[in-house]
Amino acid sequence: MIQIRNLIHDYLRRDEEGNVEGSHRAIDHVNLDVHPGEFIAILGHNGSGKSTLAKHINALLYPTEGTVVVDGMNTADEQNLWKIRQEAGMVFQNPDNQIIGQVVEEDVGFGPENMGVPTEEIWERVNESLRIVEIEHLRKKSPNRLSGGQKQRVSIAGVIAMHPKCIILDEPTAMLDPSGRKEVIRAARALNKVEDITIILITHYMEEAIYADRVFVMDEGRIAMQGTPREVFSDVDRMKELRLDVPQVTLLADELRRKGLDLPAGILTADELADALGLKEETDVRKQA
Amino acid sequence: MIEVKDVCYTYEAGTAMAVNAIDHITTTIPDGQFIGLIGHTGSGKSTFVQMLNGLIKCSSGQILYNGEDINAENYNRRQLRSHVGLVFQYPEHQLFETDILTDVMFGPKNLGLSEEECRSRAEQALYAVGFKERHFTQSPFDLSGGQKRRAAIAGVLAMKPEVLILDEPTAGLDPMGRDSILDLVSELNRTRNITIVLVSHSMEDVARYVDRIMVMNDGHFILDGPPTDIFVQVDKLEEVGLSAPEITYVLRKLKARGLDIDTNALTYEEAAEEILRHRSQLEALRTRE
Repeated sequence: MIQIRNLIHDYLRRDEEGNVEGSHRAIDHVNLDVHPGEFIAILGHNGSGKSTLAKHINALLYPTEGTVVVDGMNTADEQNLWKIRQEAGMVFQNPDNQIIGQVVEEDVGFGPENMGVPTEEIWERVNESLRIVEIEHLRKKSPNRLSGGQKQRVSIAGVIAMHPKCIILDEPTAMLDPSGRKEVIRAARALNKVEDITIILITHYMEEAIYADRVFVMDEGRIAMQGTPREVFSDVDRMKELRLDVPQVTLLADELRRKGLDLPAGILTADELADALGLKEETDVRKQA
Repeated sequence: MIEVKDVCYTYEAGTAMAVNAIDHITTTIPDGQFIGLIGHTGSGKSTFVQMLNGLIKCSSGQILYNGEDINAENYNRRQLRSHVGLVFQYPEHQLFETDILTDVMFGPKNLGLSEEECRSRAEQALYAVGFKERHFTQSPFDLSGGQKRRAAIAGVLAMKPEVLILDEPTAGLDPMGRDSILDLVSELNRTRNITIVLVSHSMEDVARYVDRIMVMNDGHFILDGPPTDIFVQVDKLEEVGLSAPEITYVLRKLKARGLDIDTNALTYEEAAEEILRHRSQLEALRTRE
């Protein structure tokens, strides 16, 4: 789906006359392959290059060196621009900056309308998109009357209506309350599992990354760690070095292991911890009672 | 001390659209307390904190700061804003000067203090948030996300506030940026006895740092007490779109699966201690298998 080869990106600093004063290497020799239908999470501290990388995937930024190929199309080739932006949709952090319509359904229909989709099909796409993110009941509402989680789902619906093969979510939950965060992550997982859309999720919440097939950790513009969530989160010390957390339950298991309990590394959920501690399934306990 | 007496705030009062954003709140904020204010988006948190420093005037009721009515006609509200400092969401968007020192001097200048006094206050504030002298001449726009936010907090600190209100100060920061802001706030509370009101969406942050939690829903407080008393009421929190800290859910799961533990722990360290207290039960479970 996505092939990134030896990607380098330098941000240039210019003086008042527009002469190049200096440059900052934001992406430094990154190689990354994303397969169709995968759920990828990208972690990394502020300034590690996550967003810069993501913006290359839908051609908002172009490589200084190296190539980015999305579904067989090189992003450096201008002819591919609109096709790539339609196939790789992007959802940003602040929902208020990406909603333009006065009414939810109008906002969701904006993308396909812009692509020249026939009116009847626009409505079909709007209906389908609203259904997927479970906001059909909000279709006639004004977006600015919605909660953060609802607004962010409107943004996602707007992207889905363009029928992308891949959606990049750049810290979509950073501004949301706990229930809003759950809504958005549930929507992203449904898109991946049910609609088979490739998902690239950039986040600071480690708990959100445990659903991914693979996790990439960025540092100083390079990929510092990669693997399944279990592999990556097993290395608590390395994650801390990279200025990141691991999920709370993983920290707890790690602390227990340090204090002498015999537990495997990389525990990601409460159930896994309970299993590892030798506790019986809930249903069994009830039966005994 | 801030006393809030039967306060209401109505948006678009007198019209059909009237909404009670704040609905008959009575509470007291004693000096030196570290308060966590939680509630879903739109629950009234931001409206409430803006009333505390007189940015918006309550529709009815009274707010007393050190015994004086802040909405009285001859009350010096400009002075109040230096005593009760408010750090907005995404405060880095409000940095605007050419260098950090000048930016931080802006607040004290507005209080009509001498150039010398402004400079010394700004320098102290910048040292307090962890900047070194060599940073003072840097442009605020060249700073990292976490640094920008610390510069913005310094701008409020330079007013020498007795109460510091922070509206989601860690939104969008990576785990290390988040910890550095919260450690800073906690230190201001401990060493300078500044009263802190922290508006947050992160239950983990609130659990780790504050003395008292106030839970807001539909414009009034539905829960108010120390963290351990609040986070046992998981069902009530979830009803209003919030949650307990991750670790509470882990402990509840272990309990549901038969481990006879207390689920009050709020951090993973406390949770580990609690689990280790039941080592003998765990060992018994293992040998039974």
